[in-house]
Amino acid sequence: MSTVAANAPGVAGSGLQDVAASEASLRRFLHGLPGVDQVGLEARAAALGTRSIKTTAKAYAIDLAISMIDLTTLEGADTVGKVRALCAKGRTPDPTDPTTPRVAAICVYPDMVATAKAALRGTDIQVASVATAFPAGRAALPVKLADTADAVAAGADEIDMVIDRGAFLSGRYFDVFHEIVAVKEACKRPDGTSAHLKVIFETGELQTYDNVRRVSWLAMLAGADFIKTSTGKVAVNATPPVTLLMLEAVRDFKAQTGVQVGVKPAGGIKTTKDAMKYLVMVNETLGDDWLTPHWFRFGASSLLNDLLMQRQKLTTGRYSGPDYVTVD
Amino acid sequence: MSDTTYARLDVLKTYKLYVGGKFPRSESGRVYEVTDAKGEWLANAPLGTRKDARDAVLAARAAVKGWSGTTAYNRGQVLYRVAEMLQGRREQFAAEVSAAEGIGPKKAAALVDAAIDRWIWYAGWTDKVAQIAGGANPVAGPFFNLSTPEPTGVVGIVAPQAGYGHSLLGLVSVIAPAIATGNTVVVAAAADAPLPALSLGEVLATSDVPGGVVNIISGRTADIAPTLASHQDVNALDLTGAIAADGPGAARALEAAAADTLKRVVRPELDPFAQDWTNAPGTDRLLSFLETKTVWHPMGI
Repeated sequence: MSTVAANAPGVAGSGLQDVAASEASLRRFLHGLPGVDQVGLEARAAALGTRSIKTTAKAYAIDLAISMIDLTTLEGADTVGKVRALCAKGRTPDPTDPTTPRVAAICVYPDMVATAKAALRGTDIQVASVATAFPAGRAALPVKLADTADAVAAGADEIDMVIDRGAFLSGRYFDVFHEIVAVKEACKRPDGTSAHLKVIFETGELQTYDNVRRVSWLAMLAGADFIKTSTGKVAVNATPPVTLLMLEAVRDFKAQTGVQVGVKPAGGIKTTKDAMKYLVMVNETLGDDWLTPHWFRFGASSLLNDLLMQRQKLTTGRYSGPDYVTVD
Repeated sequence: MSDTTYARLDVLKTYKLYVGGKFPRSESGRVYEVTDAKGEWLANAPLGTRKDARDAVLAARAAVKGWSGTTAYNRGQVLYRVAEMLQGRREQFAAEVSAAEGIGPKKAAALVDAAIDRWIWYAGWTDKVAQIAGGANPVAGPFFNLSTPEPTGVVGIVAPQAGYGHSLLGLVSVIAPAIATGNTVVVAAAADAPLPALSLGEVLATSDVPGGVVNIISGRTADIAPTLASHQDVNALDLTGAIAADGPGAARALEAAAADTLKRVVRPELDPFAQDWTNAPGTDRLLSFLETKTVWHPMGI
């Protein structure tokens, strides 16, 4: 079986083609990854958070961050009207200033994909849909695949799947691997193109940094286009150290296979200051190649308002307030 | 056993800002020397910055929903509680007022008593202001038409910097009416006499006033006041101390900055040094930071 070669073309010839040949080889590979130096990682992430970014650099960072946002609404109480309102906000984040960039994508539940797609017609804003029994991921594989296929059929450009954390934590890496491969297959459209696959790890439930490193490699070997930290539905969401660790995994994966994978921290990023810390981290770890909405995204909802308020401050010189941005 | 006696060292108080119910040092880490009326050193006060003012506005904004949502009756109880707490620390405040304004201990104590009474006075007003600022309007149609006063929101205050009793009584006379009606405030304390203001923060923190309802910043008013005046998230501006602090030109500039964002503005007295804060306050300040909400309700047949 050469699933790896089929799903991640660059993996062939990198010495990794046999890694997923069997349960044992995959386990051997993941457990053979070097352990994470927790103190060093946290210190590095903290150090990268101390840069002072002002004036023109700040203006650039704010616009870049806005263009990287996956504007998200994932509530049980979502309505068609709310999704339309969110799409309108994504198209024109600040109606008082047409130079404000648009967001990268709108992220919704599968049943809202068609609504979002219609509301975003004529723009290049992507529609991302969570799938595979988000956020718990506790459903049988056929259900998850049907969920995914349904979202793709409704027009989703990107699929955010959750991994089976239970399987991962109990060491059934092979099951997790094949589930990602199967979902990737379900992302294919009839015309041969394919929806982008983002794989959510829910790092807040993975207990250790070593696990985060392992799951990052596991997902990338299985063909993930993006790796994403969290669902935003648990107590611990994206943190700088976890994101840094994933950025490093992405860097190492590209060095070894030539395949570029995107990163999306999600949940808990609420302020411009936070967002800029992440951008510094991307710049220092991966460089310019990843500093585009194509390879780095923020999964967020309230972050956009803070970015807009900071942007207004830079253009008007006055500190802005929540009365001057939309409530969503 | 030695019978040498050592002189006891006084424990000096570190005065701190009062922001969001907490007592932070200034974000700048800097302090400035506060002297009494004769120029003798009293204490170091934190030198609040523009950033401190912005943080305070955030805290004040966050507190608006809760504070304006409490019942007027409950706000009255809380203001009464402030008076109770202030009563318990009467001696401390008398000493601070005496040093700040250069007046004798008896007069200072009388000013503290007046400040306590002023809290009580405004505590009584909380559930009565709607009756004088609102009511039923006669309309030509089958409707009940009712106007009610609502709090404006976040009020920036340049605290009184001059006049008899400004350091505590004057301060209470500008804070109490604003919060009595449900607003939250950010106060730029008198630069020369900030100690009673910073101590008042300690009283407020222990008297059921939710964190963020009152925020007190000491430092140069020339730094703090323009930030409040131009900040879009501040809804009203009380310039009481602006002329005494930085001159009439500065007060005009603040008013102009406030106009950019359509703030309500309370103008300063033309001669702030002649002001006597022991005079009866009247309801002007109480009615300054209110918005009128009018509701039309159809009558039954």
